[in-house]
Amino acid sequence: MSLNKLTLTQAIKNLQAKKCSAFELVKACLDQINRYDSKIHAFLELNQDALKEAKLADNQRRDNSSPLLGIPIAIKDNFLTQNLPTTAASKVLEGYLPQYESTVTRKLKEAGAIIIGKTNMDAWAHGSSTESSDFGPTLNPWNTQFLPGGSSGGSTAAVAADMCIAAIGSETAGSIRLPAAWCGVTGFKPTYGRVSRYGVIAMASSTDSPGPIAKTVEDCAFLTQIIGGFDPYDATSSSNPVPLLTLSKAKVKTKLKIGLPKEYLEAMNQETKALVHEAIKVLQNQGHVIEPTSLISPKYAIGVYTIVQRSEVSSNLSRYDGIRYGQDRTKFGEEAIRRIMLGTFALSSGYYDQYYSKAQKVRTLIIEDFNQAFKKFDLIINPPSPGPALKIGASKNEPLFGEMQDMLVEPSSVAGLTGVSLPGGFVDGLPFGFGFVGPQFSEDKVLNIAHQYQQATDWHLRKPQL
Amino acid sequence: MDVHHIARLANLKLPPKQTEKFQSQFDETLSAIAAINKLDTKNTPPTSQVTGQVNITREDKVDTSRVLSQSEAISQAPKSHNGYIVVPHVFE
Repeated sequence: MSLNKLTLTQAIKNLQAKKCSAFELVKACLDQINRYDSKIHAFLELNQDALKEAKLADNQRRDNSSPLLGIPIAIKDNFLTQNLPTTAASKVLEGYLPQYESTVTRKLKEAGAIIIGKTNMDAWAHGSSTESSDFGPTLNPWNTQFLPGGSSGGSTAAVAADMCIAAIGSETAGSIRLPAAWCGVTGFKPTYGRVSRYGVIAMASSTDSPGPIAKTVEDCAFLTQIIGGFDPYDATSSSNPVPLLTLSKAKVKTKLKIGLPKEYLEAMNQETKALVHEAIKVLQNQGHVIEPTSLISPKYAIGVYTIVQRSEVSSNLSRYDGIRYGQDRTKFGEEAIRRIMLGTFALSSGYYDQYYSKAQKVRTLIIEDFNQAFKKFDLIINPPSPGPALKIGASKNEPLFGEMQDMLVEPSSVAGLTGVSLPGGFVDGLPFGFGFVGPQFSEDKVLNIAHQYQQATDWHLRKPQL
Repeated sequence: MDVHHIARLANLKLPPKQTEKFQSQFDETLSAIAAINKLDTKNTPPTSQVTGQVNITREDKVDTSRVLSQSEAISQAPKSHNGYIVVPHVFE
């Protein structure tokens, strides 16, 4: 097997057993990028020093070295990286070289990881297609006629196409889970505040959650352990300690009670509904109990999310004035203009109560609804998307494209919950994502059940024909 | 919603050809999100911070590990002069 196809866990074992060098591992990923990225366009920028850093990692290796030493990881382009231009895929930040490092990338680098490059995304993370990138769309590695999903579509496509060992994305409402589903990889959204937002270009600060995208649940758990935890530079990061997330067979013996919300199932079509029922059978065979339940219709979360997100965007993007860094406001793309304008309106004098305040109250209702559900259930079944990837161009002229595609993950996002998306089958050759959500700070439970599901299925082992 | 007024508040210049398109898209979006008005929130408090954290403070002390030098601070400014960032004039 080519080295770039290794999972994170396999790559770590190979490096530790000296079966390969970091240089060879990084080289294999770069070769894959050179071969296929002209077709997929997952990357906006490559780290020109990656091979040099890999050689250094090989020289530094000792028996007690950090497990991530020499592992190539791709980073979504909204994480500030000191040695690499960072644009959030917007022309406003074209050529911007950050003066400081995001906490997530700092932690990865300190653990020895090599940033192989910065990945494409919807500009400012505004979208669910990666089609609104100011530098051109990323295409789905399973079929280049289709969207990868977004906004972390570059990261999920890079993992699906084995251009890196793992990647980092960020989710505000679906931006990790939806593209992970559409690209057939595993994406994990930690609880809001579990992973620091310091140095992540702010989108909607009350829901932005960085997280890992990888080839297995086990790899996502490993990365969350490294990037998670309290950060004095992010006042909203949680001081709740990160439990040991490393997955072991011993930990998955508990039988869980899992809710299946009928409102979520109603949003799906015949084919994807059938895949959900197949996944449920796998869980039942493992002894878990799945029972139907009811939650507030996700259509209300669309309204809440749209108002809250646009409002926070209008505030966060007001800093881009082209004076201290970046270009001026004439460089904003259409989607950013739409979002800034709607948010400005929702916060403007006379409309605040009708929109922003109302949305924050409905947000409370959604949180209470989940709290009730979690009194009865350990977890909720939550496939991130009603169906597989849509065709290139589907997001054009659809001002609520992202909101409609992300409908099933918006409730858990506005409530700050943790959730996972993992490969759960195929529809016409395109991956379908299955998933769960759990209460805040139940990462351990969500990852363990997802891992258990992955042990019993082989959807995550299938690879696209590039 | 008056798009010109909102654009002025947001310090954006609307491309003239797109004004109509934006206007109709905003109307469409606003009617789509109006669904939340069906839910009764008379006795519901708003939530802005989902994990319930309040009043997070830190010591009022300079953290030298993340202070930028003058040259670092101006390194990304499109225009600088003698170590200062050049800003557009406010008064004509």
